[in-house]
Amino acid sequence: MASETLIEVNDLNFSYPTRAILNGINMSMRRGQVIAVMGGSGSGKTTLLRLISGAIQPTSGYVKFAGEVVHELDRDALFKLRRKMGMLFQFGALFTDLSVFDNVAFQMREHTNLPESMIRDLVLMKLHAVGLRGGHQLMPNELSGGMARRVALARSIALDPMLIMYDEPFTGLDPISLSVIGNLIRRLTDSLGMTSIVVTHDVHESLKIVDYVYFIADGVIAAEGTPKEVRESIAPFVHQFIHGEEDGPVPFHYPAQAYRKDLNLEDIVA
Amino acid sequence: MLKQIISGIQNIGHRAIESVWRLGVASRFFILVLLKSGTSLRRFDLVIRELYFTGVLSLIIIVVSGLFVGMVLGLQGYETLQKYGSESAVGTLVALSLVRELGPVVAALLFASRAGSAITAEIGLMKATEQLAAMGMMAVDPIARVVAPRFWAGVISMPFLAAMFSVMGVFGGYLVTVLFIGVDEGSYWSQMQSAVDFRFDILNGFIKSCFFGVAVTAIAVFEGYDAPPTAEGVSGATTRTVVTSSLVILGLDFILTAFMFRGVS
Repeated sequence: MASETLIEVNDLNFSYPTRAILNGINMSMRRGQVIAVMGGSGSGKTTLLRLISGAIQPTSGYVKFAGEVVHELDRDALFKLRRKMGMLFQFGALFTDLSVFDNVAFQMREHTNLPESMIRDLVLMKLHAVGLRGGHQLMPNELSGGMARRVALARSIALDPMLIMYDEPFTGLDPISLSVIGNLIRRLTDSLGMTSIVVTHDVHESLKIVDYVYFIADGVIAAEGTPKEVRESIAPFVHQFIHGEEDGPVPFHYPAQAYRKDLNLEDIVA
Repeated sequence: MLKQIISGIQNIGHRAIESVWRLGVASRFFILVLLKSGTSLRRFDLVIRELYFTGVLSLIIIVVSGLFVGMVLGLQGYETLQKYGSESAVGTLVALSLVRELGPVVAALLFASRAGSAITAEIGLMKATEQLAAMGMMAVDPIARVVAPRFWAGVISMPFLAAMFSVMGVFGGYLVTVLFIGVDEGSYWSQMQSAVDFRFDILNGFIKSCFFGVAVTAIAVFEGYDAPPTAEGVSGATTRTVVTSSLVILGLDFILTAFMFRGVS
């Protein structure tokens, strides 16, 4: 059961009319795994999440989630499928007009007929899992960035999903909050037996907690492997990314004409 | 020179096409809101919550403005009417102006700037902070859950706010003309009573304010939902809500008045 494939991405292509974003992506994700998808800004990581959740349609290829091809589902079936998915947005995306408690209770109230007393118990259990049971009456504007993301995490596990997708969960957090979120992702994945996809460019924090890493660059998978393989990789792109080097396969300079030409120094002999 | 003229004409063409296209998008959105209103009717508590924000919180500006508009009408009306010795008709003048025109129109203009802009800003910010996307990911349709309740709350509040505006205006006129200037109280009320027709004046005013309510809230929710998800985008959308709905209110008012009161003595 633990090795069952939950998500299969097969030769996935996505392009806007003027620009190709993803080009022939193949991935396979099993239950109980934490998977990191890394790549520079604008490399198509978030697009991949949107394709998995069915928010956009692929140009060709497919994503299979729990045996169903996502883009072939009609609206109702897609909404049904999404109840098995959770998503943590970059800054939490909590409903600002609802308290922490009501945010976590939101999906339970929308999708189930559970009595209010049971919802209360469930919400407090979810909040306890992220360490914020004591703050259930707070409003989102009273939370720090790290706390807001923990509440959002509690909200996304409200209906015990099979998959949670994290869109840049480490952005803008202090070191303590950062490792709190990292450890929570690992712990919740293990204890709930779900799959987690973490889209991030925080190399060090994510390599500590993930089982497998995909690097996306220019719309293709540039490299993949376990954290150990990735750390030891001699592939130029991975090496540059892991060590944060300024220049390499990803150039420092935006493509431009010759520097001397730009400064009108061509005619002058050095 | 010729090139400039051609590009100018092209520009006008592009703008025209874009406006028509946007109108089409807005109409489709409006139909979608209507189709997805089931949730709002089944769970009426969602609408009641929004009624508080759009309706109840708009009351203060409506009440105060209504009072002042009525007082000004009374004062101006009295000044003119007394020249012809018919100052006792001032009650009729105040009531008819308010019930037929000023009540629905001014209340709708105030409603657009007080509640319409708030609705646009709220929905726009929910979009910018990915709250709408998060809702969609939780398999909850944001149009049914966020947009439709706000739309219906606006549509329901508008006629009541317009009525409140007219009532306060009539009272303001009474304060100025009867209490301060000394017009006969009996003739203020009795002339008003005999001149204002329920079906013809009050009902038509009510119908007007219903149209305005639909127009203002439809524009407000569309602009919010359609706003580019940036600070600049939301501020632009809020401005467009106020400007567009003000123009639509005045345009609609002319059309409705032409249909309702044309050829009446």
